[in-house]
Amino acid sequence: MQETVIEAGRSEKHYWADIIRFRELLWILAVRDITVRYKQTMIGVAWAVVRPIMTVLVFVFAFHKVAKIEDTSGVDFKIIVFTGVIFWNFFASAFQQVSNSITGNANLVSKVYFPRLLMPLSSVAVPLLDFFVGFIVLVPFLIYSGISVDYHLLFVPVFLFFAFMAALSLGIIFASLNVQYRDFQQIVPLIVQYGFFICPVAYSTSSIKELSWYPFYTWLNPLAGIIEGFRWCLIPNYPYFTWDSFLPTIIFVCLTTIIAIIFFRKRENSFVDYI
Amino acid sequence: MTVIEAQNVSKRYIIDHKKGNAKSDTFREVITDTFRNMFTKGEEDEVEHEDFWALKDVSFKIEQGDRVGVVGSNGAGKSTLLKVLSRITEPTQGKITIKGRVASLLEVGTGFHPELSGRENIFLNGAILGMKRDEIKKHFDAIVDFAGVEKFLDTPVKRYSSGMYVRLGFAISAHLEPEIMIVDEVLAVGDADFQRKCLGKMKDASTSGRTILFVSHNLTAVQGLCNKAMYMQKGQLIQMGETNLIMSNYLSQIQKTDLQVTYTDQNEAPGNDRVRLKSVKLVPNYLDNQNHLDVRTSFKIQIEFWNYLDQANLNISLHVNSLTGECIFNIGTPSIKFEKGIISAECEIPSDFLNDGSYSLSFMIVKDTASVVYNFEEALIFEIEDYREGTVWYGKWPGYVRPKIEFPIMQLEYENAI
Repeated sequence: MQETVIEAGRSEKHYWADIIRFRELLWILAVRDITVRYKQTMIGVAWAVVRPIMTVLVFVFAFHKVAKIEDTSGVDFKIIVFTGVIFWNFFASAFQQVSNSITGNANLVSKVYFPRLLMPLSSVAVPLLDFFVGFIVLVPFLIYSGISVDYHLLFVPVFLFFAFMAALSLGIIFASLNVQYRDFQQIVPLIVQYGFFICPVAYSTSSIKELSWYPFYTWLNPLAGIIEGFRWCLIPNYPYFTWDSFLPTIIFVCLTTIIAIIFFRKRENSFVDYI
Repeated sequence: MTVIEAQNVSKRYIIDHKKGNAKSDTFREVITDTFRNMFTKGEEDEVEHEDFWALKDVSFKIEQGDRVGVVGSNGAGKSTLLKVLSRITEPTQGKITIKGRVASLLEVGTGFHPELSGRENIFLNGAILGMKRDEIKKHFDAIVDFAGVEKFLDTPVKRYSSGMYVRLGFAISAHLEPEIMIVDEVLAVGDADFQRKCLGKMKDASTSGRTILFVSHNLTAVQGLCNKAMYMQKGQLIQMGETNLIMSNYLSQIQKTDLQVTYTDQNEAPGNDRVRLKSVKLVPNYLDNQNHLDVRTSFKIQIEFWNYLDQANLNISLHVNSLTGECIFNIGTPSIKFEKGIISAECEIPSDFLNDGSYSLSFMIVKDTASVVYNFEEALIFEIEDYREGTVWYGKWPGYVRPKIEFPIMQLEYENAI
């Protein structure tokens, strides 16, 4: 028979096993978020297609036609923007959803026990689904621009994984802080808003390569490496990505993941007292 | 076999009291608070921390198959105890060992999403309560049937009536099959018919060897359902044992102070320069082993007052009111000519007369059967507890009076007469 010991400060020995045991709940919470998302809409899931296309058109207009930003490698600017946008959207919405995941499920936190980590984990489902839809929509654009992908395509999951971990770990840190101080709820949209301009989403690094501080750029902005890496997977001979410039991203993601887990485990048992 | 063992469990909350201007500008407060919290060791002397022990040194053992009712007034720590037991919050000190799968129902329909249909919510809520998908599938029809929502399975629950919502919520939890069930006030909702269904279901669960921990303010339900009870007060476990014993101790505890009001100083007593109240007493005629007022108990109402009027024809008009202010009955003494001094009156309220509930006594002193000398409003408030036997229904007994009237029933003719 299963025996549970409840004690102050006792780090539950079976924590990670519990997460496996509760995997059905993880799945159901994810399905809930996805189902709820397009309830009571007329065109339903088609929004997942419409939104990225509209975004790309507006950005191409603003950055390319109005602000005259060019890509020197001769790649169709639409592709630069599209790849940037679907990746950035994934990161940004995952980060936002995760950081609101605990407070958004307050009714669960105060009424039932389950490993709290399920809440941030399950909230990545919607952004992930949107990413896949966006990826499929990207295909006709690639064909239209005459780009034929090669074996680099196999690396997409690598970059997706890093984006996932970056969003999750940063989101978890913010989610735990958010429980006690709702200030972080105000900060997250700002980070996302500024991040869009700091990261090479609607431009590529070619636009800033000549600047004297460019070498520091990838170090200061670990997300840049992920986005450029994603373009490198899809566009043959894409010149603005090297594995060297990806190193800061790897270090950053590992660090934030460790911090996030320690931070979260330390605080999760007292969430209910502050929420 | 002991399934739950708690050793010196305590739970502390820290309450912050702000010194100085409590109603200071909220925006400023937010800013300063944020900074203080971000960079601790700031000016901490501005905030006073006070420890509040929601649970203090609670130890107990619960055997397999026990149905334990937890009683106590508001703030006694009952809910905190359930939260600690269901691992929602951690104890500050102490240790609890639990053997078996626990399901806690601290609320009906936990995690219901308003946009999802009844069907989707059954799976969602089931998973939240720890059921496997197969288990939910197995019980699906029974759940729908129990809740009576067949027609609305594909309607979002936001369109449900509150009754349907609650029924569906309870139906799901009723089909859990854990070894230990922790239930908080689930019965506070729903109509009498539904409450009966719930209690029946819980009783079924307990006969199948499950351990139940049950918090409720419906003492009748606790009495009917539980074989053991825990009485908590101010975070401490006062007593645990056989239900009837704990119940009568608990009830006598909460009733004790209310049964009389006495004034020794004439200057402080309510009244005016013509009459002043000396005392109002309620004196129960307890049955054997009884130490609190319930529907079976007859009691006397004794009133004494100082009379400063000479040669006045006085009588008392006594009102017994429900707590909502409706008068249940009104009786009057004969009008008699009195001298100055202390006047006393007494009446006896028979057993099996008032229903369970809270009542207030008001009375006026009347001169010449026409003019009110003084009206003593809500001079005494008292409570009558429920008592019943020979029934498995524990909902609130309706009505203000509960007379014991012979009501025989019999079979008049047999099948051949149909």
